[in-house]
Amino acid sequence: MAEAIQLDKPLPVGSEGKRSGGWWGVLALIVTEGSLFGYLLFTYFYLASQTEQHWPPEGLPSLVMPGVNTLILLTSSVFVWASERCIRRRQLHWSLASMALAFILGVCFVVIQFHEWSIKTYDMTSNLYGSLYFTITGFHMLHVLVGLIVLLILLLWTALGYFDDRRYAAVIIGGLYWHFVDVVWLFVFATLYLSPYLY
Amino acid sequence: MTDAAESSPDLNFTRVPEVGCAPIGSAAEIRLAQLWESAPGWRGWLSTVDHKEIGLRYLVTAFIFLLMGGIEALIMRVQLASPNQTLLTPEQYSQLFTMHGVTMIFLYSLPILSGFSNYLWPLMLGSRDMAFPRLNALSYWIFLFAGIFLYSSFPLGEAPNAGWFNYVPFSGLEYNTGPNIDVYALGMVLLGISTTVGAINFVVTLFRMRAPGMSIERVPILVWGTLTASVANIFAIPSVSLAFFLLWLDRQVGTHFFDVVNGGKPLLWQHLFWMFGHPWVYAVVLPAMGIVSDALPTFCRRPLVGYSAVALSTMATMLLGFGVWIHHMFATGLPTLALSFFGAASMVISIPSAVAVFAWIATIWLGRPVFNTPFLFFAGFVLLFVIGGLSGVMTAAVPLDFQLNETYFIVAHLHYVLLGINVFPVIGGIYYWFPKFFGRMMNETLGKWSFWVMFIGFNLGFFPMHVAGLLGMPRRIYTYAPNMGWSTVNMVTSVGSFVFAAGILIFLVNIVVSLKRGVLAAPNPWDAPTLEWATPSPPPAYNFAVIPFIASRHPLWEDRLDEGAGRSSLERGYLLMEGRETIGTTPLDAIPDIILKMPEDSYTPFFVGLFSALAFTGLLLHWGGFTVLMALACSLSLIVWMWPRTALVQRAPYIKQDTGAVHG
Repeated sequence: MAEAIQLDKPLPVGSEGKRSGGWWGVLALIVTEGSLFGYLLFTYFYLASQTEQHWPPEGLPSLVMPGVNTLILLTSSVFVWASERCIRRRQLHWSLASMALAFILGVCFVVIQFHEWSIKTYDMTSNLYGSLYFTITGFHMLHVLVGLIVLLILLLWTALGYFDDRRYAAVIIGGLYWHFVDVVWLFVFATLYLSPYLY
Repeated sequence: MTDAAESSPDLNFTRVPEVGCAPIGSAAEIRLAQLWESAPGWRGWLSTVDHKEIGLRYLVTAFIFLLMGGIEALIMRVQLASPNQTLLTPEQYSQLFTMHGVTMIFLYSLPILSGFSNYLWPLMLGSRDMAFPRLNALSYWIFLFAGIFLYSSFPLGEAPNAGWFNYVPFSGLEYNTGPNIDVYALGMVLLGISTTVGAINFVVTLFRMRAPGMSIERVPILVWGTLTASVANIFAIPSVSLAFFLLWLDRQVGTHFFDVVNGGKPLLWQHLFWMFGHPWVYAVVLPAMGIVSDALPTFCRRPLVGYSAVALSTMATMLLGFGVWIHHMFATGLPTLALSFFGAASMVISIPSAVAVFAWIATIWLGRPVFNTPFLFFAGFVLLFVIGGLSGVMTAAVPLDFQLNETYFIVAHLHYVLLGINVFPVIGGIYYWFPKFFGRMMNETLGKWSFWVMFIGFNLGFFPMHVAGLLGMPRRIYTYAPNMGWSTVNMVTSVGSFVFAAGILIFLVNIVVSLKRGVLAAPNPWDAPTLEWATPSPPPAYNFAVIPFIASRHPLWEDRLDEGAGRSSLERGYLLMEGRETIGTTPLDAIPDIILKMPEDSYTPFFVGLFSALAFTGLLLHWGGFTVLMALACSLSLIVWMWPRTALVQRAPYIKQDTGAVHG
């Protein structure tokens, strides 16, 4: 085996894209955070399957605003992806614009979600469903807020000219986290908004 | 040292890594030492990211927790030595057995193994550090702060008191109004962060940081064990963190997850706890089994029998371990179908365990055993593992478990498993790697004494607990009446526990004596096969002067084993000395893939750890503003930490510089 190693091959140095430690680290982080949401949704289904209460207590949830909000969040992910591609193509200004748009869409999601919370007739302590609803969406909101800070910092770093087509690992690592936050919302959305329609 | 790195920032984005030799004392070796050594004094102490330093801190801290948990146990054994004792009040007893469990399970058993793995992994894998050195430091600091946090209410007589698995509704606000359970809940969430980031570090290190040629089938079994445990932790820790967080919400915010009156379900707690708890049991034993699989063959003078079988059975144990949590809940009234399935799964798990046991026995059988102290601990471990395993299979049978549940039989079983499979290999491992850690051998005479006293004390103490359980003695009772027929077994157990403690004391004396007067150790005093023994004892800050090329599973035994065609190259390899550097390789075949820039020492991990611990303290004390402030400080520290740095080639250079590299 020692002979098989090619010694004169040039190797990339430092944090190079998907070969950087950070990429692997955030993948592992996503696995553990994904598990956290898995256990949250397990908690929901476990308690929902055992409850004798009317479920959800206020009747079937309206899908219009949450549906629109889901689309907003997914669109935000698309712009993060586009921002990353623009760096690779050396279009830094487009990258900045795209990242800024992604950030604004993320903020829209937060605002709409806060509005959704405010029109609920119950809170965390009113009943079991309320505890579940606000804890699960609250956990997700926390992840969105962290993700937004990440996007904001990436925007700043890109604006400071830290990245070019050779070194931009931070953008794909932060971007991956944002994609995770968006994808996990689909599971939260399916659980809290769609699954009540099935039974 | 920082100057050395900053003054020659390597702005090449690709280069061919230089191959060469760097014997001790050469210019290259001196430059490496300058690059990697931490600053002296408190600055280096707070900012170091050296995996060896962090590993030793883990070992020492976890061992101190072992001693604290041990003293708690001894106090309980005095209370239980004879009937109707009044040394402890029931509440004091509850807090003692809870803290004993919390300490041993969470603050000793995994952290001590993390200590071994932190110290040994890069040395075994032929790397200069872990994948994330600063994350490694953070993991330690949070572990330390979480340990202090969990003990903070102990002196006030308000320690956690509902048992280490903390069942609701007893741990709910209705029955437990003090701060006891809140300390436990928040402390466990904090500790979970430490364990998680540590686990991520191990997983990425395994996949990225092996020396060229160390393909996946050539890594030591300890690495397999810790990898398996870490992967399991990544999946399992969120479950317990969530359970404790929901409990805290129930208690402090007024949610209803476990609140029976409002539709909450106490069994939800048990599911979430044991979905974590059972994989955790394997997480605290598989790396210890790895210690034995790696060290025992050295004393049998032959490679481990059935390397692949042992590696695969390690993984299989954990995989099955995720599907047996219900066996902690047989007596909760779950449907018979579930009980049958989980009972069967629990029995199946004995198959991979038996594979490992037979591999160790075969290794001893086919080898030429050298009966020194580490060997005794490892051989003793095999025996205790078999006893603990057998009582485990017994309780996997649902009807028998109905009978034995919540009795001292379970206490006997879990102590045979946890002391047998964790403490004995750990002490054996310390005897084995002590020369590598400190450059001195441990005393053999004292070593043999410590083994035999511990071994006899352990069996004298814990075997009678089986009998106490069969006689119907429930666990967690603070005293018992003289006419129950439990007096003799309890007295024997108490005597045994003190004999065992005496064995630990001899071990500690041996440590102190050997640190001062032990025989100086050569790089490979045991004539062992694995890579960590190719470095000096103790190893220099940079671990390997050159990154070696590996050609077999036993790089130091190649001449006599004649495995495979090639020979490992240990003297000649990648120099990598333009700043702190090491090689990154592909996950399976370990083909060089990237030159990794490693971070300098940094204070940020300490501050992130400190601020997060303070934020949790704020939550505990209901200091809203303080908590927010600390969370902000924590976030700012993280941003400083993550700021892309030219020295690590994390960002594009905006000043074009001379790219001529400086070579030592």
